[in-house]
Amino acid sequence: MLTFEEIKKSFLVSLWFIFLTFPIMVIRVNSNENTIDWRWENIAIVGIASFVLSFFWRDFFRRKKLGQKKLSKDKQKSSALIELLNSKKEIKYGLLGAIITFAIAYPFVLGPYQTNIMISALIFVVLGLGLNIVVGLAGLLDLGYVAFYAVGAYTYAILNTQSGIIGHGLLQLSLYLNDLFGTTFFEIIAQPWSFWIVLPLAMLIAGICGLILGFPVLRLRGDYLAIVTLGFGEIIRLVLENWNELSNGPSGIAKIAKPNFGVSLNSIESIPFIYFLMIFLVLFTIFVVNRLQISRIGRAWMALREDEIACQAMGIDTTKTKLTAFAMGASWAGMCGVMIAVKTSFINPASFTFMESAIILSIVVLGGMGSVIGVIIGALILSLLPEYLRAFDDYRMLVFGATMVIMMIFRPQGIISNVRSTYKIIRKQKI
Amino acid sequence: MKPILDVKNLTKDFGGLRAIDSLDIKIFRGEIVALIGPNGAGKTTFFNCITGIYKPTNGEVAITHPKRDTEIINDLVPNVVVNPLFRFLPESVLKSLKKYFPQLLFRSLKPNEITERGMARTFQNIRLFKNMTVLENVMIGRHCRTNAGIPGAVIRGPGTRKEEKEVIEECYRLLKKTGLDHLSDELAKNLPYGDQRRLEIARALATEPFLLLLDEPAAGMNPQETKDLVDLIYKIRDEDQISILLIEHDMKLVMELSERIYVVDYGKGIATGTPEEIRDNPVVIKAYLGEDIEDA
Amino acid sequence: MEHENIKYFLELFLSGLTKGSIYALIALGYTMVYGIIEIINFAHGEIYMIGAFTALIVSSVLTMFGFPMIAILILATGTAIIYSSAYGYTIEKIAYKPLRQAPRLSPLISAIGMSIFLQNYVLLAQTENFMKFNSLIPEFEWLKPYKEIIGTEELIIIIISAIVMIALTLIVKYTRLGKAMRATAQDRMMARLVGVSVNKIISFTFIIGSALAAIGGVLIASYIGQINYYIGFIAGLKAFTAAVLGGIGSIPGAVLGGLVLGWTESFGTGYISSDYEDVFAFSLLVLILIFRPEGILGRSTSQKV
Ligand SMILES: Nc1ncnc2c1ncn2[C@@H]1O[C@H](COP(=O)(O)OP(=O)(O)O)[C@@H](O)[C@H]1O
Ligand SMILES: [Mg+2]
Repeated sequence: MLTFEEIKKSFLVSLWFIFLTFPIMVIRVNSNENTIDWRWENIAIVGIASFVLSFFWRDFFRRKKLGQKKLSKDKQKSSALIELLNSKKEIKYGLLGAIITFAIAYPFVLGPYQTNIMISALIFVVLGLGLNIVVGLAGLLDLGYVAFYAVGAYTYAILNTQSGIIGHGLLQLSLYLNDLFGTTFFEIIAQPWSFWIVLPLAMLIAGICGLILGFPVLRLRGDYLAIVTLGFGEIIRLVLENWNELSNGPSGIAKIAKPNFGVSLNSIESIPFIYFLMIFLVLFTIFVVNRLQISRIGRAWMALREDEIACQAMGIDTTKTKLTAFAMGASWAGMCGVMIAVKTSFINPASFTFMESAIILSIVVLGGMGSVIGVIIGALILSLLPEYLRAFDDYRMLVFGATMVIMMIFRPQGIISNVRSTYKIIRKQKI
Repeated sequence: MKPILDVKNLTKDFGGLRAIDSLDIKIFRGEIVALIGPNGAGKTTFFNCITGIYKPTNGEVAITHPKRDTEIINDLVPNVVVNPLFRFLPESVLKSLKKYFPQLLFRSLKPNEITERGMARTFQNIRLFKNMTVLENVMIGRHCRTNAGIPGAVIRGPGTRKEEKEVIEECYRLLKKTGLDHLSDELAKNLPYGDQRRLEIARALATEPFLLLLDEPAAGMNPQETKDLVDLIYKIRDEDQISILLIEHDMKLVMELSERIYVVDYGKGIATGTPEEIRDNPVVIKAYLGEDIEDA
Repeated sequence: MEHENIKYFLELFLSGLTKGSIYALIALGYTMVYGIIEIINFAHGEIYMIGAFTALIVSSVLTMFGFPMIAILILATGTAIIYSSAYGYTIEKIAYKPLRQAPRLSPLISAIGMSIFLQNYVLLAQTENFMKFNSLIPEFEWLKPYKEIIGTEELIIIIISAIVMIALTLIVKYTRLGKAMRATAQDRMMARLVGVSVNKIISFTFIIGSALAAIGGVLIASYIGQINYYIGFIAGLKAFTAAVLGGIGSIPGAVLGGLVLGWTESFGTGYISSDYEDVFAFSLLVLILIFRPEGILGRSTSQKV
């Protein structure tokens, strides 16, 4: 509706934003070299953009209000897409078949470079699904998720390269044990550890870290929890950066081995194997999350998210329930950490900043808190888009930040809202 | 006979405000008791104190499960559950140390532990899990009576499946009892008000309580719904042998249902007795000045 | 020897006091906003950063035009305050106001999004490098002999912070606006009923908090001598720590928390290790939240059920 009122409103908004962004958008100073750069054209850009966007902004609000009225009349409403899929079996299976074919053919058709990109995307899918347990299902805002990711990565890196004090300690331990039992058997713990052993081990260690960190902080209210986890994340990163003996400091750990797939492979040849391993882990994660969602524990998580006091009053030990969610999420992050170490063969603390946590969080927020399909789609969009739209890369974090705000305001349930499962058993057997 | 709920000298302060002032309340097995009083008298706060949501400033709350010993569950000096860190100490040592380090060695029961021991409640301002289905809401109540963990959930072996099936059947039975079975797959937030109140009752029943605490269960109900509620409460008491303590403003309902009534005003117990005694008690009438209970 | 030790201690004490004053200035913004709408304004650190950048831009431009030092000082600080307040006001309208009735997690996520957005906005529109920030504060001649213990900047920071904080306390305690703020913080519904315009009060709170952050930004930039787009994030986190430490929602608490944090950091780095400066702050935060979540001066409140 282009009434005079509306135009006037948008015009004022536009003036306000021109004023607001004037110093930062128009004047660029370089105080190191004493130069000043005037970019007057930015006034026009800001003015026009905010003029147009303000129309959308108000329009979205109007729609949201209308939508709310409609929704409250409707029953449990799932998104149109899912409804379509459920109603037409052929479409559903057709789509599933297409996805499977695509996933299998991917590394052979598109080559190692593209496959590597897809591996990263899949890692983000798993990270998103893991954080989704904590944030989406249990409603605990964990901003230090990346800490557990780092724990997993460093567990594999250190045990595989036998570096730092842990490598040294293992060597001493193996010598001592060999001496003690008079064998050479214990040399094995001072050798590079195999991926297949470390993967579950790293999940376990990350999970335990989750428990240890979670135990004291999970009593806190939601917003405090967010800050404390953020603080923890930063502490872990700072420790990795400064404790050279443990983690080799900012220069990181290199030459991390690829997993042994039973055949000898160079690093390019191993890419498809890692890809399929990652596909397997994604499927495994989906399976676990789906099972959890319809379980006693999963229901407790959701109840916790809905109303903590009622949850506790109904006999649920909230501390324990939060801890399990936290530890589950952490061990999945640990798993992804191992995979990223495998994929890149090199890790350093710079890969585990708060921004990484923020990206994972925006995946969950965009996809839809609690919704598995939503999070998968969100992860693929947010991790592939910057890869293929290079121009977008610079604006990546800007867009992520804006996404979080906009999603919370206009579509807090994400692109695909979580549909509550119903329990069919009842209707069959009339009790 | 021992009371199943024995509250002695309970006091709760919020800053300078004394919301409950040395209140004594006893409930016996199989009773339906009402707690009444003007708005802001401290009734809900009383519920919150005995269910462990608030920590009382003073006093003692003891419950006696029909099949177990008396337990003091909420107390100024918490004295039931030993902090896990000190569980290894022998009881005699703990008892002698209690005088010196009560807060360190002991803590009071948490709300979930109280519910587990058999006291369940509903909330005055309905607190359902709004985005979960009706059936799931009730299933949450079964949580403390079941024990499948994460491995069980993922593997879903025969044990877990059986447990899950039993939970669903039991919850469905409770929904039938409360007349909500046809709505089982509906989201809780889409239910009309009266149904939401009944769902809260079903959810509380799922925890297998021996004492059910209802906070204004008839608030917002129409006369027909209120009538059904009365029937439901009788059914719960008679069929399941669950005692009931309810807060209610609907005097007609209170007079009809309850066998005994406690009246509180400004946190103090001002009268107790049968409905007839309370009706004619001048102190009560004075407390309710302006509120017409004569025609009840 | 003894003398050296005392001097070193004094130096650490004063640098802790300086940093602590800045933390306190920023923490006040967190505390006031939290007190009123119970939201952690994650973007508050970014407002402080934008304040510092605005001051940098204005002072650079004015220097180019050859303005005198004192004019630059006043104009740069004034512009920084105006712009920070404008940003604070706008952020509230965009990212928080639509979410007043939403579940608690929503405004929190929105706030984090806003914070990331603003960081990258400045990164893209300005630069990712550290920029030199020429001090706006002139050197006092008479302080020269004590230079090793306290510099002019430190003294000015401490004095200005003290003045601002006293002024704020007086405003909140005695003016009509301050009373309306406190009423809104206690019970928003009730405040509305007695005729307080709650939306205006919330905006006003954001504006005051942002103005304080801008002052903090200008002072710290002068003190440290360089800024980049990321300074707000860490400072914000630390100021939040200060606010929680003192008891969130409490104005004297924020001041006390800021000072305690400043001293913890400065003694920690001075006597233990300078590599772990930030670790001290975050560890303090974690410890406080675990052992005394209501903070030093805060009162524990039970949620109404
Ligand atoms: N968490 C709390 N903090 C402060 N005051 C409270 C709290 N809960 C209840 N109160 C106060 O205690 C008094 C009793 O309230 P309540 O128990 O809800 O009354 P009732 O249920 O009898 O209407 C009221 O004055 C109320 O404002
Ligand atoms: Mg009440």
